[in-house]
Amino acid sequence: MEKNQIVRRFVKPTLFVLALMPLAFLVYRALNNGLGANPIETINRYTGDWVLRFLLVTLAVTPLRRLFGWNALLRYRRMLGLFAFFYACLHFLSYAWLDQYFVLADIIKDVAKRPYITVGFACLLMLIPLAATSTNAMIRRLGARRWQALHRLVYFVGVGGVVHYLWLVKSDLREPLIYGAILVALLGFRLWHRVRRDPGTAAAGSAQHALL
Amino acid sequence: MLIKKIVTISSSEITPREVYQQRRRFLREAGALAVAGVGATLLPAAGVAGQKFPNLRKSPYSLDEKTTTYKDVTSYNNFYEFGSGKSDPSERAGNFRTFPWSVAIEGEVKKPAVYQMEDLLKHHPLEERVYRLRCVEAWSMVVPWVGFPLRDLIRRVEPTSRAKYVEFTTLLDPAQMPGQRPGLLGAGLDWPYVEGLRLDEAMHPLTLLAVGLYGEVLPNQNGAPIRLVVPWKYGFKSIKSIVKIRFVEKQPLTTWVRANSREYGFYSNVNPAVDHPRWSQASERRIGEDSLFSPKRKTLPFNGYADQVASLYAGMDLKKYF
Repeated sequence: MEKNQIVRRFVKPTLFVLALMPLAFLVYRALNNGLGANPIETINRYTGDWVLRFLLVTLAVTPLRRLFGWNALLRYRRMLGLFAFFYACLHFLSYAWLDQYFVLADIIKDVAKRPYITVGFACLLMLIPLAATSTNAMIRRLGARRWQALHRLVYFVGVGGVVHYLWLVKSDLREPLIYGAILVALLGFRLWHRVRRDPGTAAAGSAQHALL
Repeated sequence: MLIKKIVTISSSEITPREVYQQRRRFLREAGALAVAGVGATLLPAAGVAGQKFPNLRKSPYSLDEKTTTYKDVTSYNNFYEFGSGKSDPSERAGNFRTFPWSVAIEGEVKKPAVYQMEDLLKHHPLEERVYRLRCVEAWSMVVPWVGFPLRDLIRRVEPTSRAKYVEFTTLLDPAQMPGQRPGLLGAGLDWPYVEGLRLDEAMHPLTLLAVGLYGEVLPNQNGAPIRLVVPWKYGFKSIKSIVKIRFVEKQPLTTWVRANSREYGFYSNVNPAVDHPRWSQASERRIGEDSLFSPKRKTLPFNGYADQVASLYAGMDLKKYF
């Protein structure tokens, strides 16, 4: 069998099923009375954790390719990114439905008034155009350059996601800081790589410019 | 010539560390009990979790509400000394030593003293009180506490006229309490945990020193062997595992106020009209009762105890003194 076929028939479906395992485990816990004393909080935290994990895994693809030449990973980046979006939708749904009971006025007030929710909601909004332009047809329509520029929004989603978590905790910053450290490493790699490849840009431009 | 013989002991012959520690602890405690000459009726003083208290009085201050299950009350806890996760206390406090235990009474009192737990239990008849507990994180429980009114102890030690506030301190013992380890190894607060009440709040008949729940000795994760319960304030005011009660002239600097004075106030009365800066306090989730798909319930001013306690704050701006 040809390599492409192996990827399409076996590797991708396996990855797809694996990426659904966190959800399957959550459903299993829900059906077996295993969500603890505050199930809504459990569901909300759990889905949020998986958004961050999928975001970081997606953002790890480029550094891994550059560092180890694992270019094959590129085939799976879209699926990983879409799963980050999928869990972000579940995360928001658990908030809007289970926590806020779909009371729109309360949700709007929360989003406007609570900085950590504002940031989280902004991240969800930023993920929508990325998911919507994830098809091959959309890449062709936008053109590679514009598509790539748009998809750099994911850096802001990553930063926003970590900030969202940091602003939520009461005093124990350890977990959000672990996510933050991994994110800094992944984004820092891009910056470093850019500087090394093209020293002129870095000298002339700001850090943000270099990132782009 | 020195001949060394290597003695091999199979691992199965070695007593696991936890077992021999438990054994030593048992011997120590049993010895202490024998010395103290404590009779069988006072055995709960030895801090044996699960031990029943005999002859509890029912209190007129008890609510007639469905209590939260024993399992939820003892497995969903905020006790940052053992970690910030809700299940950390129940998972990590199992070996916490609550015997022997003493509480120091200090400061502006005529009779400062260090009381052994047995003495406190002997002096104060215990009663059962079913109270609502409202956490600052917008969830709530109904807990059948066992304890005695703090005012009974206060009267016994006779505060001086300079005593305006009462300051409570939790045990400081990072070896036993992993959350107290420094910096990023711990749960991010300054230790030991300190809480405080105005003297009139401390003297209010609802204010309880709890030593048990569900008719049993307080489980370690719930603040054994002795904790405060102030049902009209957010849960973090109800300090756990108390080792010191100090009567002072000035308002104490409490742990959460020190951590973030914008978010946590000294009073911290349950108030649906004053939000936490990061979330609403208008409603709450009752642990174990509401289904996944039911809306939250409205939070009541002073957690439903307004009739009894609102007069303590007459004329005060509760938005300012949150």
